[in-house]
Amino acid sequence: MKLYCLSGHPTLPCNVLKFKSTTIMLDCGLDMTSTLHFLPLPLVQSPRLSNLPGWSLKDGNAFLDKELKECSGHVFVDSVPEFCLPETELIDLSTVDVILISNYHCMMALPYITEHTGFTGTVYATEPTVQIGRLLMEELVNFIERVPKAQSASLWKNKDIQRLLPSPLKDTVEVSTWRRCYTMQEVNSALSKIQLVGYSQKIELFGAVQVTPLSSGYALGSSNWIIQSHYEKVSYVSGSSLLTTHPQPMDQASLKNSDVLVLTGLTQIPTANPDGMVGEFCSNLALTVRNGGNVLVPCYPSGVIYDLLECLYQYIDSAGLSNIPFYFISPVANSSLEFSQIFAEWLCHNKQTKVYLPEPPFPHAELIQTNKLKHYPSLHGDFSSDFRQPCVVFTGHPSLRFGDVVHFMELWGKSSLNTVIFTEPDFSYLEALAPYQPLAMKCIYCPIDTRLNFIQVSKLLKEVQPLHVVCPEQYTQPPPAQSHRMDLMIDCQPPAMSYRRAEVLALPFKRRYEKIEIMPELADSLVPMEIKPGISLATVSAVLHTKDNKHVLQPPPRPIQPAGGKKRKRASDDIPDCKVLKPLLSGSIPVEQFVQALEKHGFSDVKVEDTAKGHIVLLQEAETLIQIEEDSTHIICDNDEMLRVRLRDLVLKFLQKF
Amino acid sequence: MDPECSQLLPALCSVLADPRQPVADDTCLEKLLDWFKTITETGSSLLLVQENPCLVTLLCHVLKPQDLSPRVLAFSLRLAGVLAAHEDCFQYLQQGELLPSLFGEAGPLGGAAWAAPTVRSGWIQGLRSLVRHPSSLRFLAHCGAVDTIFSLQGDSSLFVASAAGQLLVHILGLSMQGSAEGHPSLPPADWPACAQKIVGHIEESLRSAATPQIAQALNVLTTTFGHCHDPWTQVLWVRLSPLVACLLEKDPVPAAHSLVDLLLSVARSPVLSSSSCGLWETLAQTLSRLSPTQAGPLALGILKLQECPQALRAQAFAVLLQPLACVLEATAPVIGLPSSPDGTAGASLTADSLLPSRAACVGLLCRTLAHLELLQPLPQRPSPWPQAPLLGAAVTVLRLCDGSATPTSDAGRHLCAFLVGCVRVQRAALDFLGTLSQGAGPRELVTQVFAVLLEYLTSPDSSPTVLKKAFQATFRWLQSSPEPLGGGDLEPHAQLFLRELLPVLPKRLCSPCWEVRDSSLEFLTQMTRRWGGQASFRRVLLASEVPELTEQLLRDPESYVRASAVSAMGQLSSQGLCVTPASPEHPEAQQKSLLAELLHILSTDSEGFPRRAVMQVFTQWLRDSHTDVVANTERFVARVLQVASRDLDWEVRSQGLELALVFLEQTLGQPSSHCPYAVTPPTVAPLSPVAQALRPLCRVQLFEFAFRALFDCDRPVAQKSCDLLLFLRARTASYGGLEDSGGGPDAASVEAALQRWQSGDQGQPLGELEPKAVVAVLRSLDLEGLRGALAESSDRMGKSPRSLLQDVLATAGILGENEADCY
Repeated sequence: MKLYCLSGHPTLPCNVLKFKSTTIMLDCGLDMTSTLHFLPLPLVQSPRLSNLPGWSLKDGNAFLDKELKECSGHVFVDSVPEFCLPETELIDLSTVDVILISNYHCMMALPYITEHTGFTGTVYATEPTVQIGRLLMEELVNFIERVPKAQSASLWKNKDIQRLLPSPLKDTVEVSTWRRCYTMQEVNSALSKIQLVGYSQKIELFGAVQVTPLSSGYALGSSNWIIQSHYEKVSYVSGSSLLTTHPQPMDQASLKNSDVLVLTGLTQIPTANPDGMVGEFCSNLALTVRNGGNVLVPCYPSGVIYDLLECLYQYIDSAGLSNIPFYFISPVANSSLEFSQIFAEWLCHNKQTKVYLPEPPFPHAELIQTNKLKHYPSLHGDFSSDFRQPCVVFTGHPSLRFGDVVHFMELWGKSSLNTVIFTEPDFSYLEALAPYQPLAMKCIYCPIDTRLNFIQVSKLLKEVQPLHVVCPEQYTQPPPAQSHRMDLMIDCQPPAMSYRRAEVLALPFKRRYEKIEIMPELADSLVPMEIKPGISLATVSAVLHTKDNKHVLQPPPRPIQPAGGKKRKRASDDIPDCKVLKPLLSGSIPVEQFVQALEKHGFSDVKVEDTAKGHIVLLQEAETLIQIEEDSTHIICDNDEMLRVRLRDLVLKFLQKF
Repeated sequence: MDPECSQLLPALCSVLADPRQPVADDTCLEKLLDWFKTITETGSSLLLVQENPCLVTLLCHVLKPQDLSPRVLAFSLRLAGVLAAHEDCFQYLQQGELLPSLFGEAGPLGGAAWAAPTVRSGWIQGLRSLVRHPSSLRFLAHCGAVDTIFSLQGDSSLFVASAAGQLLVHILGLSMQGSAEGHPSLPPADWPACAQKIVGHIEESLRSAATPQIAQALNVLTTTFGHCHDPWTQVLWVRLSPLVACLLEKDPVPAAHSLVDLLLSVARSPVLSSSSCGLWETLAQTLSRLSPTQAGPLALGILKLQECPQALRAQAFAVLLQPLACVLEATAPVIGLPSSPDGTAGASLTADSLLPSRAACVGLLCRTLAHLELLQPLPQRPSPWPQAPLLGAAVTVLRLCDGSATPTSDAGRHLCAFLVGCVRVQRAALDFLGTLSQGAGPRELVTQVFAVLLEYLTSPDSSPTVLKKAFQATFRWLQSSPEPLGGGDLEPHAQLFLRELLPVLPKRLCSPCWEVRDSSLEFLTQMTRRWGGQASFRRVLLASEVPELTEQLLRDPESYVRASAVSAMGQLSSQGLCVTPASPEHPEAQQKSLLAELLHILSTDSEGFPRRAVMQVFTQWLRDSHTDVVANTERFVARVLQVASRDLDWEVRSQGLELALVFLEQTLGQPSSHCPYAVTPPTVAPLSPVAQALRPLCRVQLFEFAFRALFDCDRPVAQKSCDLLLFLRARTASYGGLEDSGGGPDAASVEAALQRWQSGDQGQPLGELEPKAVVAVLRSLDLEGLRGALAESSDRMGKSPRSLLQDVLATAGILGENEADCY
């Protein structure tokens, strides 16, 4: 059993598991932090961005000034943003049989895999994962395609040139794998390969293994997966949460008794408690708006935003913010808000029951009805006529490199009354803000990551007790900035195995058993003999038939009757001419009784010696030695076959035969 | 006993003796017993028994084999004990062999009823009351009860076991009292048989290998030495201390908690601690033998002792400080805490061994911090008090808890992993840090204290309770920071801290968590009360958004927050720190004064807390002559009293009386002569001084408010009003007749109205009262009588023995169905 690790990002995993005869890809996350090296794509022409000076080498050589621009001491690539793909060379991806998706954030690289690697298999995901994943992809494609950029920079990626660049561009790795965004056509084609599954549904893969999604409690439709055969069980835990937010709670019990547990997608901000961060978010929002400033919340169109809107729903009246408009701007804003209300079966119990009231599960419906929350596909169109300040705007993309957020950053960045509040944990807020410096607006970082923290992980591992834990290397040591925080790492016994990008792990357990079926007529012919209470044995002669990873024992074929009308043979001739089998022996030899038996049969000088594995019985006069061990008995006597047979028969008296 | 009760008693006894008539509940029986105790304490028990033969009949009756409820049996045993407490009655009961039947082998002791813990408890308590005189001791010896008590020490019911131990202590004390009177230091061999038996049992238990038995013996000794300081206790301790010392040689030390209690009880006893029987050595040995968790309470106890050798105190202090020493050792080895003289504690123990697991570490640290917090303010606390290392330790613990400490050792890293995010330790450490503000500290440490407090106040991860403690500790530290020479202003460092702190407050005031908003407001109120007059504080506060946000919180959805906001606004306004709200969304609010806003809350808020807070603010404003109030005091008082009188919350009405009293004092306390330069309105006829003084009170309708309150359905309000009117009557007593200025109802009609009010009809107002009528009514009202009636508790009728007996009789037999309603 092997694990091929194609992504180095612990929360955007992409691993391939070879288990029995199947090749299973676990998630295909897309690392979008690469976009932070690019200049933002402004929706409206930005004089500031377009007039940034080109970057030149120390010696004044300016051959890269078209590709690289300088802003507040940082150098950015002036080109269409590119994403860091999972490793494609480590394993032939066309051999992947299935892809299991755990949540909508972990499927963003899907079109790259399904459309460009010769992949012919099936993708399994839950319905909300597919629907919301589609929205995220649609938004991404839309953000990038609606700002066409003539120029595509590639010179800087040349290894020899990259060495000359300033940090952090110089230190970026895998730039050769960076790719531009996929198209909507590719998205549609990729999504068409997905087969929808429900929680706890058992899916047979070629009869070899069975995969089952379980609720992971992190997002709508988010799942952990169990991959099991009759005797082995691998659990894949990715992006799980034990907090009470909107999704169905995590199913922990089904993860018990795993041989291997692959653990990814823990919280990216283990030191920040989501409750505290929500409080921080609300109070900073209120303070800004009260002072007449605007609040910008760069976010994804689904996920934490539902919980934030719910918190604000309860908070705005108490904080006297009822008159402040909340805007949600995304090409998929409408679909996201509506989808969230129809996936009742995927929601937490509390929200599920609201469906029967009838009440929408999420209170943002009421915010929309009362005109407190308004949503728009883009800042063009209706929004510009409705726009009223001070206000709160939720919009993407959290990287601040594309999407409507770029416009608001340019618009509001100059005033210290305004605040940008970062709630998505995927991007470093300082790096995200770099191309907007100098910036007067206030920046608040309250990352809300509801995924498991290390305390919860250690409780979970204690409860489900896997034999082995496999996780990204980042989880096996404290974060570099807080090397003393021993609590910020996975602590389990035996220590977790770690992996990094482009590594192949041989998983530390051997398959020992396989289930085989016996055909009824063969079973009929067996005569089991009880050798211990509850254990019966029988010898079987059969043909092992293997097809589609199922093994069946069938009765041995009868010999082919010779053709022609000869006389019937006697019944005894029916038996194929196989050797007469010696009976099998079982049991153990009680030494004392054996010695007594020997003495009874006239061996007087019996001596017993204990050895490490058993006993040696010495018959000194006959110069014979009987070596009795747990799994073998040897009679060593020189040239006295008669004696040997006598002794053998004595030994056999103590054993059972069948 | 009054004759009515005597008449009821036979019926009661027969009800109790009848198994078919179950008795109400234990409380009834308890009350009956209390009543009998009072009777026997004040009169003769013998007489009681002779006059009421039904009591003996009852006691005899319960002995018959029948299906009597265990509680009645227990009651009878206790009653027998109460009656037999007097020697003459004891003899009387003995004549009938009643007592041996009740308390001896033949009684319930041998029967099935003994299985009920109530009966065993009743048996013990009966004996506890009975054993008062030498005859009773002989009785005990005769009926073999002491052995039963020994066995009851290990009873499955904790109450029974504990009572058995106490009974032994009592018996021992009584038997020694009689015999040792002439010979204070009689050797144990010459002690009375009963005492010898008990001491022998204790010795045997102390030698036992079973921990529960050792614990029982230790507990008996602890109680004995705690309650009795006679010389014989010294003889007892001299005899038993070697056995106790032997316990220390066992590993682990058995019944460590009981042992600690015993040693502390011995050390506190004036007779024992002065003796030279190796007590201090035993204590020192115990300190070093016990685990840190067990030794903590002992160390604290030793340090609280008035008299104690210095070396032992030092050792105890070192033991107490061990966990904190470990924390410092593991994180900042530079700052050291004092270790014990022989170096056994503290230094040699590493954090690994002392703080092995998360639960143990958290528990021990919390206990240590709590112990030190208790110790800090005591006069006998160790000296020199290691203020600086303790401050260092408290700061370090807090930093370990919020993850900001950067320990260099492995032990430190483990500690960090245990403590990160631990709310319990955070709270304990903040409390302790607050207590440490009583002493000074090196400048750089105080800076660190403020820095860590600021971290906690700023951190979004601070839980609401931790934040509250952080606010409290901050206030205490600010309060203790020295005032600079020449002015009452805050010292420069505190000012600097304040400048950093105030930007945090607005965020906290906007928190979605109401507890946070509430504690922030409380902190603001405290700060304003203390430093509202200081220029630096005013500057920083006015430059922040805090006053505006506080005003906003007057409309908070949570009533506690509204109440705190009312107090904070009242305080800000008193100090002139209240800015008029200039919120763009509420332009109308700009015109609304705070007074109007608070009056609005008083008259409309649905919850009591904000309304009470408003009344307190108004009272304070009136007392301080707040500008808004002074502008038209009478109108203000009239409005407030009018609203308060209608309030459903008695505390609001009571606070209204408080406000009325302040107004009264201000009005009546004014000089009676007018300012010679004042212009007197010519139309008003000259009035007598008392009329002049009373007129404003009449104008604000204070009397109507007070008279209504006099008949308030809530007793505290009525009492307060009564006091107020008595005060007023005293002030007006010296004045003679009043001129009638005409108009208004006369005294007779007022009295008639008051009578109607008293009978519950409070609808009709009194109308405009005149001073003359008021004084007349005040004089005619029996205020003293009313005060006397109000002073009696409201259940005085229900508490009388007669009504108790009637209750028991009335409810007997009908209780099966409503048993659940009783408590």
